[in-house]
Amino acid sequence: MQKDSAIEIKGLVKEYRLGQIDSGTLRGDLQSFFARLFKKDDPNIPLLNDQYYSIKNKTHRAIDGVDLTIKKGEAVGLIGINGAGKSTLLKLISRITLPTEGEISYRGRVTSLLEVGTGFSAELTGRENIYMNGAILGMSKEEITSKMDKIIEFSEIGEYIDTPVKRYSSGMYVKLAFAVAAHLDSEILLLDEILAVGDVKFQEKSLKRMDEAANQENKTVIYVSHNMATIRKFCKRCIVLDAGKIIYDGDVESAIEVYTEHKKKEHSADNDLSKLTHRFCPNELVRQVSLTRFKLENCEDCVVNDRKSFSFSVYCNSKKYIENAYFLATFADTANQAVATSFSEAINIKQGENKFSFTLDLSPLKVGTYSINGALVEKSSFDIFSNYDYVEQMCYIDIPQEKEGDFLWSKRYWGVVRLDNLKLGGGNND
Amino acid sequence: MTDYNEIITTVTPKKKLFDLNLKETFKYKDLISLLVTRTFKARYKQMLLGPIWAVIQPLLTTIVFTVVFGKIANLPTDGAPQFMFYMCGNVLWSYFSTCLNGGANVFTENAYVFSKVYFPRLVSPIANALGNMINFVIQSVIFFGFLAFYVINGTITPTYYLIPLSLLLVLEVTLLSMGIGTLLASLTVKYRDLKMLIAFGIQLWLYATPIAYSSVLVKEKMPQLYNLYMLNPMAPVVEAMRKIYLGVGNINYKYLLISAAVSVAFALIGTAVFNRTEKTFADKI
Repeated sequence: MQKDSAIEIKGLVKEYRLGQIDSGTLRGDLQSFFARLFKKDDPNIPLLNDQYYSIKNKTHRAIDGVDLTIKKGEAVGLIGINGAGKSTLLKLISRITLPTEGEISYRGRVTSLLEVGTGFSAELTGRENIYMNGAILGMSKEEITSKMDKIIEFSEIGEYIDTPVKRYSSGMYVKLAFAVAAHLDSEILLLDEILAVGDVKFQEKSLKRMDEAANQENKTVIYVSHNMATIRKFCKRCIVLDAGKIIYDGDVESAIEVYTEHKKKEHSADNDLSKLTHRFCPNELVRQVSLTRFKLENCEDCVVNDRKSFSFSVYCNSKKYIENAYFLATFADTANQAVATSFSEAINIKQGENKFSFTLDLSPLKVGTYSINGALVEKSSFDIFSNYDYVEQMCYIDIPQEKEGDFLWSKRYWGVVRLDNLKLGGGNND
Repeated sequence: MTDYNEIITTVTPKKKLFDLNLKETFKYKDLISLLVTRTFKARYKQMLLGPIWAVIQPLLTTIVFTVVFGKIANLPTDGAPQFMFYMCGNVLWSYFSTCLNGGANVFTENAYVFSKVYFPRLVSPIANALGNMINFVIQSVIFFGFLAFYVINGTITPTYYLIPLSLLLVLEVTLLSMGIGTLLASLTVKYRDLKMLIAFGIQLWLYATPIAYSSVLVKEKMPQLYNLYMLNPMAPVVEAMRKIYLGVGNINYKYLLISAAVSVAFALIGTAVFNRTEKTFADKI
């Protein structure tokens, strides 16, 4: 390791196996084992789940060959769209999970705040938890005792420090967690969106504290965030990750530019689907019909301003003539959880290139970012659908906040779909 | 003060089978002691009787055993006072079973913390064993209190020169329970249904061990099964403990050696499997 570097990463790879690894119970595994032994159907393979076959035994590289050197005392921002591998990288550096290939070396101790309040025990008091957190980092009791007053003062917990943390409000909880991490004597600090805790005043204080840590105490800080403002304020160097690789490493402004450009590409209104692999059957040769292109019609930057007439076109390529197929557009939230689906009427697909344009009244769907999953299906026997093709995340759309009658929509309390209005009647009204 | 900037840690995918990292684990001794106290606080906080539970539990079991197996079933106790005969077995068994059970839950109970922060994972099973050992010591003190009464009374004559051996036996029980515990802990990461099996298995094991009865009975009633019976690593240990402190029965050194070997083997296998599991744990849970 070089004298002035805090972290050195060489050829780092982290691979995850996709699909269900096993049934998770001994009984299930034995069942599968005997089924294989007697050449019967494995009872634990999910029915009707064609994806199972296509992703089984596949691996996904969350980190795909990262080389990185961070100097002592640097505050480095780490940005990238969801799934780029930021959190995995932090997990690897903090030794929560081991790499598949490659090597990480670092000087000194690492504190990670991947999620606030980890290692906190509900039954213990705030003070006891400070000791616990410090001990997890490998600090001795004396070292923690010498920092105690500073931590308590910073956390603004005051007299409640000797109360079990289970009685704390969530605000107090995160403040204490942050105070502990910020004052621990570690040489390297890993932060994941942490500064978004507490009230605005506390956030400012946290930022200042981080700045002190990096610039005065010569700590090395890696900071993961989606918030460009804090990255700008706080970091001198910024790394952009995409699909497990570093695509930019350098000054903050250029990094943010690269990131926004990249994000825009992801949020294109016109998407080539042929390269997407999250689909029914990744092997093109096997598919009868392939969805090839998805295009939003009257959207600017994927923002749906006119929800009443949301329109798009779907292109597909078919090897044969198909009657009575259906196109399904499923809207999923940012966690890829399906929230709503719209069916087309029965369509006929001719051999070769096809283009279908649809319009949809999207007004029930409320504010947020959604991905559209598309499927071409037929109705098979027993009224069960079967896929011709299915593509996840064909396109992203943003639905802006709009006034609903007299209210602004509150996602937190009401969800993301507005059902038809309640009508009086049906029972006895006074 | 240590200059931590001089300490370079290197993380690589490879890990040896017995790479225990004891040096690093030792550095976390403060964490171990905090975990032990936490377990106690969490266990006894908001409880009416608090730590008295540590005493009540074996005492009540002993009383029940004395009534059921001693008075009602009238099982022979090799000439030792029934109460002491059952208490000796119970104290040892409760140490063994709580240690095993706690060890088996190490991964599932700490899943959240393990997936969020790093510290040598071996800290958790060690803290578990130490915590249970404290309970065991408290219970032993009670046991010795009663023992003193009987010794002064003249009803019990311990085999004094063998008392140092009993420390080795406690060590053996610790190794055995930790070994099986960590082994099961690693398996429960993959097979959640093992958790049900563990509680049930411990209960069955109790009946296969001379806690509620004397192994002399097994020899008399089922001589053909006796050899198999004594292969239960806990059986010769309990027998030996009774010989040492109550002066009844006898020590079968052949089976005691086998049991010690089995315990060491389990401890080694348990640690090796634990090491392997620890590596991929965060990705599986």
